[in-house]
Amino acid sequence: MRSIQEIVARRRRQDRWFAVLGVFCTSIGIITLIALLANLLIDGLGHLDWQFLTSFASRRASSAGVLAAVVGSLLVMLVTACVAAPLGIAAGVWLEEYAPKNRVATILEVNIANLAGVPSVIYGLMALSVFVYAFGFGHSILTAALTLAVLILPIVIVATREALRTIPRTIREASYALGATKWETVWHHLLPYSLGGIATGVIIGLSRAIGETAPLVTIGALAFIAFLPDPPVTGEFPFVSFSWLGSDFTVLPIQMFNWVSRPDPAFHHNAAATGVLLIAITLGMNAIAIFVRYRMRKAIQW
Amino acid sequence: MTSTPLPQTEVLGAIRRRQRRSLLDRGAAMLLGAAAASSIIITVGIVMVLAIESSTFFGEVGILTFLTDTVWTPLFADARFGILPLVTGTLVTTAVALAVAMPIGTIVAIWLSEYAPHGVREVLKPALELLSAVPTVVYGYFALLFVTPLLQKLMPELPTFNMLGAGIVMGIMIIPYVSSLSEDAMRGVPRILREGAYAMGANKLLTALKVVYPAALSGIGSAYVLAISRAVGETMIVAIAAGMQPNLTLDPTQPAATITAFIVQVSLGDLPHGSVGYQSIFAAGVVLFVLTLGFNIAGYRLRKRFREAY
Repeated sequence: MRSIQEIVARRRRQDRWFAVLGVFCTSIGIITLIALLANLLIDGLGHLDWQFLTSFASRRASSAGVLAAVVGSLLVMLVTACVAAPLGIAAGVWLEEYAPKNRVATILEVNIANLAGVPSVIYGLMALSVFVYAFGFGHSILTAALTLAVLILPIVIVATREALRTIPRTIREASYALGATKWETVWHHLLPYSLGGIATGVIIGLSRAIGETAPLVTIGALAFIAFLPDPPVTGEFPFVSFSWLGSDFTVLPIQMFNWVSRPDPAFHHNAAATGVLLIAITLGMNAIAIFVRYRMRKAIQW
Repeated sequence: MTSTPLPQTEVLGAIRRRQRRSLLDRGAAMLLGAAAASSIIITVGIVMVLAIESSTFFGEVGILTFLTDTVWTPLFADARFGILPLVTGTLVTTAVALAVAMPIGTIVAIWLSEYAPHGVREVLKPALELLSAVPTVVYGYFALLFVTPLLQKLMPELPTFNMLGAGIVMGIMIIPYVSSLSEDAMRGVPRILREGAYAMGANKLLTALKVVYPAALSGIGSAYVLAISRAVGETMIVAIAAGMQPNLTLDPTQPAATITAFIVQVSLGDLPHGSVGYQSIFAAGVVLFVLTLGFNIAGYRLRKRFREAY
């Protein structure tokens, strides 16, 4: 009898120890995240002022700012979203709703899973050869945006498919029963109902794109840009101009990489301030994505 | 009751509307199919670019020299083209990262799936996933200016650029890749298996290690493999914190360049189309692509298997 009680006690002890170990390991991750945020805030928050946000890059750390990088990041993200969202959603819809269940669909599926795992720097190499040289787009905003759009395409496709998969079959059957064509079913029912999941995927993809550095270094993005691209709105007819698409650019992560690679510690503070901006943007976008997903899960109950 | 026949114009209108709708339907299907095909075009584009751009390089250097020479100095006057130093750099940083991420990620996954209360799991899992949302350039900053100085307090002779600090930070970054996928796999294990173990007198730990972990092994394996692929392809952390000097060593306290860091380093300089530097980054890219592709396919296969298991 005693030995059984001993075994039971020992096993309870094992369980308690493992629970402690689990909490410890989980907190390593959480504590690192907090340490990283605290480190950036301590190093960078003092430099993050209006002057920093409205100045161009400079040889002197104290007068350097991120204006060109902020504008560059916004413009690149805008074009990336305009390319990746329609293309990714369309591909996701086809794969989930239209694709015949045969080898072609399997190949496409394996292919997308692989694309999601290709290192981002490889996308940069592809863009350098195709967009920069073969298409002649140069080191422009357009090249950067296309590169990042290709990079986040798998994220958008997978999110679209998962959102569509949660819609019950009965919704589709009901639509067909009323005489709707497949496209009408997709456009009037499936897309509106899956909008939350799709939006989440697009936001997550963009938050990934805004922090990407390696592929943009590869296509030759410059860190020292002391001008803004041409404005998209002009005073004379036709009032909109797309010449900014071909402009040289820099973005926040490139600027941060440039500053962190310099030996002078004064520039490290600038890098930290840029890092605070980047983290605020990416974590903010992730928070929005989590919020959207949560709201949608509550709003729609089949 | 008498039914009045529809006027002919209305019938024709209805037919025309139906034709228009069916045309729209077919057009939409084609456009959507074209969008889906674009993913194939991208893959073909990547493979062709790597093959074409590196063909000149391999024509001149020769694959055997490329794989066996121990010095990588493509931009020096005395150019040598041995990929081995970059491969060892990649292997060492990846090994350090995995030594951090695999045990921690697995323990976190077991704890979240078998021990943590529902509410705690719902909060902690997305919180941990934020680790992989942080831009890698920020991790590079953290590795160079926080983790390495911290390590230097323990090991005073550690150089400013070293693979250890970069690898540790990379490992923490990929914890959520291991923990989230493994946890999904373990939660997919049917409850009955656990009940069986409990009925035999096992505690949670024994159940987790002897029943749930083996049952979810292919899913967990795919998590490991994808984490490896991720670590091999990681660029900015190693480019910033591990130094960019090719260095044939297996000692993690040394600075070294990885394949990815080399591509970044060369791209930072002036890079004329068709120059030696230009060709060498595509040659390095081929090695990187083949390595990660192998891991990705293995991971995909494993994950498919675990999905089909129940």
